[in-house]
Amino acid sequence: METKNNWRAWLYLAPMLILMAVFTFYPLFNAFIISFYKDYQPLLNQRAPGMTLDNYSIVVNNYFFKQALKNTFTLAFISVPISIVLSLFIAVALNSIPRLKAFFQTIFFLPYVTNGIAVGMAFAVIFHRNYGLFNQFLSWFGVAPVDWIGSTATWGKQMTALMIFTIWDSLAFKILVFASGLTNIDKQYYDAARIDSASKWTIFKRITVPLLSPLILYISITSMIGALKAYNSIIALFGESLGGRPRDMITIVAFVYQYRADYANIGFYSYAAAGAIILFMITLAFTGLQTIVSRKRVHY
Amino acid sequence: MAEVYVKNELSYKAKKTIFHILVYAFLILITISVLIPFYWMLLTSVKTQVMIEQVPPLLFLKPADWEINNYKLLFEVVQSGPRRGQPLFPFFTYMKNTILVSVITTVGTTITTILAAYAFARLRFKGSNLVFVILIATMMIPGEIFILTNFLTVYRLGWYDVFNQTYWDAVLAMTIPFMTSVFYMFYLRQTFKQIPNELYFAAKVDGTTDFQYLWKIMVPVAMPTIVTIIILNSMGAWNAYIWPNMIATRDEYRLVSNGLRGAFTDSSTGRTDFGQQMASAVLVTVPLLILFFVFRKQIMRGVSRSGIKG
Repeated sequence: METKNNWRAWLYLAPMLILMAVFTFYPLFNAFIISFYKDYQPLLNQRAPGMTLDNYSIVVNNYFFKQALKNTFTLAFISVPISIVLSLFIAVALNSIPRLKAFFQTIFFLPYVTNGIAVGMAFAVIFHRNYGLFNQFLSWFGVAPVDWIGSTATWGKQMTALMIFTIWDSLAFKILVFASGLTNIDKQYYDAARIDSASKWTIFKRITVPLLSPLILYISITSMIGALKAYNSIIALFGESLGGRPRDMITIVAFVYQYRADYANIGFYSYAAAGAIILFMITLAFTGLQTIVSRKRVHY
Repeated sequence: MAEVYVKNELSYKAKKTIFHILVYAFLILITISVLIPFYWMLLTSVKTQVMIEQVPPLLFLKPADWEINNYKLLFEVVQSGPRRGQPLFPFFTYMKNTILVSVITTVGTTITTILAAYAFARLRFKGSNLVFVILIATMMIPGEIFILTNFLTVYRLGWYDVFNQTYWDAVLAMTIPFMTSVFYMFYLRQTFKQIPNELYFAAKVDGTTDFQYLWKIMVPVAMPTIVTIIILNSMGAWNAYIWPNMIATRDEYRLVSNGLRGAFTDSSTGRTDFGQQMASAVLVTVPLLILFFVFRKQIMRGVSRSGIKG
């Protein structure tokens, strides 16, 4: 009976496991292996005998990879904390109003259900140097026109524009998750605080944040992983050139895709694989770090 | 004493009102920031090129002045370039492809998800915990790693051939690798687990097989969750960019996201026709928004659950 059930359970799992074996597990191991191949030509399935670490040293010393690391980290380290804090405030604000909560919540969720490329292109129009809305807005405060995403835009300006778009795009999910997390907090905590006439800021700091901390941890890990993988937002805002000047805003994933697309060149596929493995390691490191750091601070 | 009380009450109420006004002001500010890109997209799409290049920009346009020519031009057949013989923006071709890919992927994902979730929720077997943990762990891996090998796999399966790729090759390549989702499996397993065991044993006594029980009892009971999974999954094809771009060797095989970027920039002058570009962006955005407003509750519930699970 036991064994019969065993056999049957694997039958139910088979469709998912077979597909995942081919398209998830095998690719994961194969990416490691490709990253050590010498002179790999993937479509011809040819390579030089033996394994090498050279692909990694070539990638790490590549100018564009360094640029990609810098861009990816800057984007992740600034946009993730800002969007978490901002969405937390918005969720708390939503939770404290007597009316129109569902209305605001629906509007704030819109960025989540729109095509990222389409909205990114709208942002590109908004950031246009000569007739964009953003410069017009700044001009009301006496700021002279700035080139945000064009060919004369500085690195900082392009990064700022990218940051604004990224934060705008990532708020929706976080607001919804935090808002539904807030509704699960027991009202008694707030009643008790009110009797002690605690200020709103104290309540936020001492009750809301600690009780939401498991959720905040989860969201910060997932959004960190998401931010480290940034690519679509760059395509959306800057197009395939990846920047006002080509590749100014290159990210690790963009680097991987560029070398992958040039698979006809000998060895390039292995550079792409090495880049992807480095990204994987960085992601693992951050997930581990966040879990360890928060173990002291998260209240379950 | 009574007076003091009333006074405090008043100041308390005044404070509360001021607080509410501030909160609403903040929320309205955020609302405006969220809506501006949509507004600007729509506004730009109905401006003429002269209006678009006007400085300072026109912030508002009476409906009577709306220029729908941008939309008309999108559907006009072009004579040169990669889209020769096709409309400037082949919206209906892309839509057809996107819907087809979305439906096939969703059907596949739903089936694999239901079967696997059932095995993990109801059946006891050796190694179930280990397999479950391994599956969950894959959610932490950036999907970009898989793409390198998946591209080669698809090539070896004959679905990516630069010269002879057929339509169905492209469709298979865009759907088969995406027919599983660990996250939805996890989500559905939670729902399945809430269905009381008594129901299962009662059905067993009646001689119902496991398979019948799954389709006749569990799936109908878990329908709200399954509907949420179906909706969320179908939306995925709308945003897919990288993989379809990599796999489709012809413009007619592409999905909506791929057709948007770069199509409206004149390669000789480098000038972008923002009016047409935004018109195509509106065309791509509107169907998703309609879908969202129809299934608003399911979508928002599904997404908020996905955050809660952690």
